[in-house]
Amino acid sequence: MDLDIVSLSRLQFALTALYHFLFVPLTLGLSVLIAIMETVYVMTGRKIWRQMTKFWGTLFGINFVLGVATGLVMEFQFGMNWSYYSHYVGDIFGAPLAVEGLMAFFLEATFVGLFFFGWNKLSRVGHLVATWCVALGSNFSALWILIANGWMQNPVGSAFNPQTMRMEITDFFAVITNPVAQAKFVHTVSAGYVTASVFVLGVSAWYLLKGRHLDVAKRSMTVAASFGLASALSVVVLGDESGYLSTEHQKMKLAAIEAMWETEPAPAPFTVIGIPDQQARETHYAVRIPAVMGLIGTRSLTTEIPGINTLVEHAKDRIRSGIVAFDALQRIRAAGSTAAAAEADRAAFEEHGSNLGYALLLKRYVDDPRQATPQQIDQAAEDTVPMVLPLFWAFRIMVALGFFFIVLMATFFVLSARRRLDAHRWLLKLAVYAIPLPWIAAELGWFVAEFGRQPWIIEGVLPTAAAVSDLGAGTVLATILGFTALYTVLFIIEMGLMLRAIRKGVEPDLDPEVSLIAPRVSQRLTAQE
Amino acid sequence: MILHTLIDYDVLRMIWWALLAILLIAFALTDGFDLGAAMLLPFVGRTDAERRVVINTVGPVWEGNQVWLILGGGAIFAAWPPLYAVSFSGFYLAMFAILFALILRPVGFKYRSKRESARWRTGWDWALFVGGLVPSLIFGVAVGNVLLGVPFRLDEDLRIFYEGGFFGLLSPFALLCGLVSVSMLCMHGAAWLVLKSRGPVAERSRTYGSAAALATLVLFALGGLLLWQGVDGYRITSAIDPAGPSNPLRKTAEIAAGAWFDNYRSHPWLAAAPAAGLAGAALTWIFLRWRKEGTALLTSSLSILGIIVTVGVTIFPFLLPSSIDPRASLTVWDASSSHQTLFIMLVAAVIFVPLVVAYTLWVYRVLWGKVDEASINEPGNHAY
Repeated sequence: MDLDIVSLSRLQFALTALYHFLFVPLTLGLSVLIAIMETVYVMTGRKIWRQMTKFWGTLFGINFVLGVATGLVMEFQFGMNWSYYSHYVGDIFGAPLAVEGLMAFFLEATFVGLFFFGWNKLSRVGHLVATWCVALGSNFSALWILIANGWMQNPVGSAFNPQTMRMEITDFFAVITNPVAQAKFVHTVSAGYVTASVFVLGVSAWYLLKGRHLDVAKRSMTVAASFGLASALSVVVLGDESGYLSTEHQKMKLAAIEAMWETEPAPAPFTVIGIPDQQARETHYAVRIPAVMGLIGTRSLTTEIPGINTLVEHAKDRIRSGIVAFDALQRIRAAGSTAAAAEADRAAFEEHGSNLGYALLLKRYVDDPRQATPQQIDQAAEDTVPMVLPLFWAFRIMVALGFFFIVLMATFFVLSARRRLDAHRWLLKLAVYAIPLPWIAAELGWFVAEFGRQPWIIEGVLPTAAAVSDLGAGTVLATILGFTALYTVLFIIEMGLMLRAIRKGVEPDLDPEVSLIAPRVSQRLTAQE
Repeated sequence: MILHTLIDYDVLRMIWWALLAILLIAFALTDGFDLGAAMLLPFVGRTDAERRVVINTVGPVWEGNQVWLILGGGAIFAAWPPLYAVSFSGFYLAMFAILFALILRPVGFKYRSKRESARWRTGWDWALFVGGLVPSLIFGVAVGNVLLGVPFRLDEDLRIFYEGGFFGLLSPFALLCGLVSVSMLCMHGAAWLVLKSRGPVAERSRTYGSAAALATLVLFALGGLLLWQGVDGYRITSAIDPAGPSNPLRKTAEIAAGAWFDNYRSHPWLAAAPAAGLAGAALTWIFLRWRKEGTALLTSSLSILGIIVTVGVTIFPFLLPSSIDPRASLTVWDASSSHQTLFIMLVAAVIFVPLVVAYTLWVYRVLWGKVDEASINEPGNHAY
């Protein structure tokens, strides 16, 4: 990759998004786990559950604040680095982002203050409500950002408007109920729950190994293992749903992930491992299981899944159709408005408009797509194939980790049920070493979803290369360095504080075992005595 | 869906222009005192305990307050996509500086008190100072540049080309606007600190707040004078279709001396906005000296409201004028989202904004009362 503005802008987005996503999954999951722990506290009145809430809350806070800080960059850099994207799809993409602010960010950010500062100011139920609002807020936030992202993968409910030269909304309901967005939402929040569960499990296992905070650690492990097992199952099931949906909406992404060069007779085999070779269009040392891919991808024995070579041929057709749309569009614009345009042009745009984005793929090679040579059309069609090797392996590692989490959580779930959590030291050690794994899985998941969408920024609608701002490469390079330096320093500080807080451990609770009366009332009673 | 035709496109555009103003004002009024308090932190707090008092007055609320900024960004994206695209890419390095500073702020609040070391804490104090000063200054400088016009043009595909650099933003008039913003938010932050703290922190805040109120008064008046004497305005020169498609290139516009005062000439009552900006600052100075702390916070809010509304009505219907190709200027009538998106977003705003305001007020009520050294050392308070 040379250092052109498109690559640099992509690099910056990937860097800031992947970094932001180091904090998001833990926030998503830990907020729910904490809310569960506090619910137990309020229901039973046993103060050990309050201690647990506060201890995990401290770690939550250290993580949460960096999620907030890096989230700011996410909200603004679409406009900064992707100005043509912002203009082209802001009418649709902006709405879920704004609703995310209204419905989710306010809820979590307003109540997170009360979570930390409100212990002495609220009744027990009042504080519990604040905690649940934080958990609800962060999960709503995932919903809306994935509705926005789902639209980038499967752009429903919208149409191109020649007068404003952009995509505009035609059916908001379709954008919200986009099946890709729904599957991604549940997959992503479940992944967040797994992340937090593995984190709580691992840290607690460390305490057991050190013989510290045994009560808190065992209870935390029980919560984490049960919640984590359900979530780990849900991640895999919903990941499968995502795969099924990409068979419908993102055939090329699916074919690239599976390194399916040719269309195989149904039901297609599943390549477990191998070394995909993009040049030769084949996968070396492939180990295949017959029929499995067809079953996962189509849930039928007879439907074919198109391979990469077939899809490139389809892309050529769509590019040619896109050129017709582009041509009609120029005429419509010259006429001043759609209404004033000639009937034939309107009909042509009506028929071919959905392939307009494919004509824009040619912009890399020729200014006016109508002048494209057949070779250029072939080249542009080749461009629709993402890089197969990294996708193939990123996906396999993610899936393997997904199954590992199920086994890990199931094991500790059984141990917890049999009250033998500390029976096997090697299992505890395994749980400690497993702590980083969910992050690896989550980042790989982001990579598969977004890198697999290339060369599109909006699948089939707008090529990534056309979406960038008109900035100097030096300018973007400077901000990449700036963000990298700041993020590195903050990451080191964050890790330091996390480890410090974990080593320091659970703070002793000096209050007497609480009565089931709200603190305010009991304070008032004490004052009267 | 034809529901959106219930409200005319031009009316929706006016509503969203007003909502944009409301969001920016809500940000300046709430996160404004966080930014102000952060700027004043090294000066009104001399000891570690005093600085912790300052930080804890905003500690539980800054996160929610900052969402007004995030929502502002999201709302501009959703309701005014061309404005979002042109301004954020055009002010690229300035935006980067703001983000850099704003990233330091949450981290500073949260991490400062996690370790005892004096060097650690002083380091974060200055990070917080930068996190308050840089955004305050640059927001003001950006507004100054909006008044001056920004060097961008659009091609036929509405692709954006920005022909200026970072240093081009730093003209004397724009810097003056930056100083207005800094002094206004210092005034607001000081008024907040006087209300929320006791003893030396409150006393020093009173002193700094009085000075900032006077500076706001003088600088804002000076800015108005300069705008009148030395800054050309913009004017639409073609027929306006307030319900036309959002394509800025369908109109023509010109740069004209005195055009920024057109709206005041045709609607003299609009002068109430700058008057409120000036009067609010003067009253804040008076009430801070009279030790009417609650009232001072209200009058400093009035001043901020007046100043922001002044900018909005001065440039109306412009949102972002282009200095190199005035016809590319973004206006309320040609830089919005589609009719349907504006309607849907209005429905969302009507449902959620009152809800947000309601629970935010409830949280402020729960946290009511002064912060002092005793309260931050209370066990179980989890203070910063």
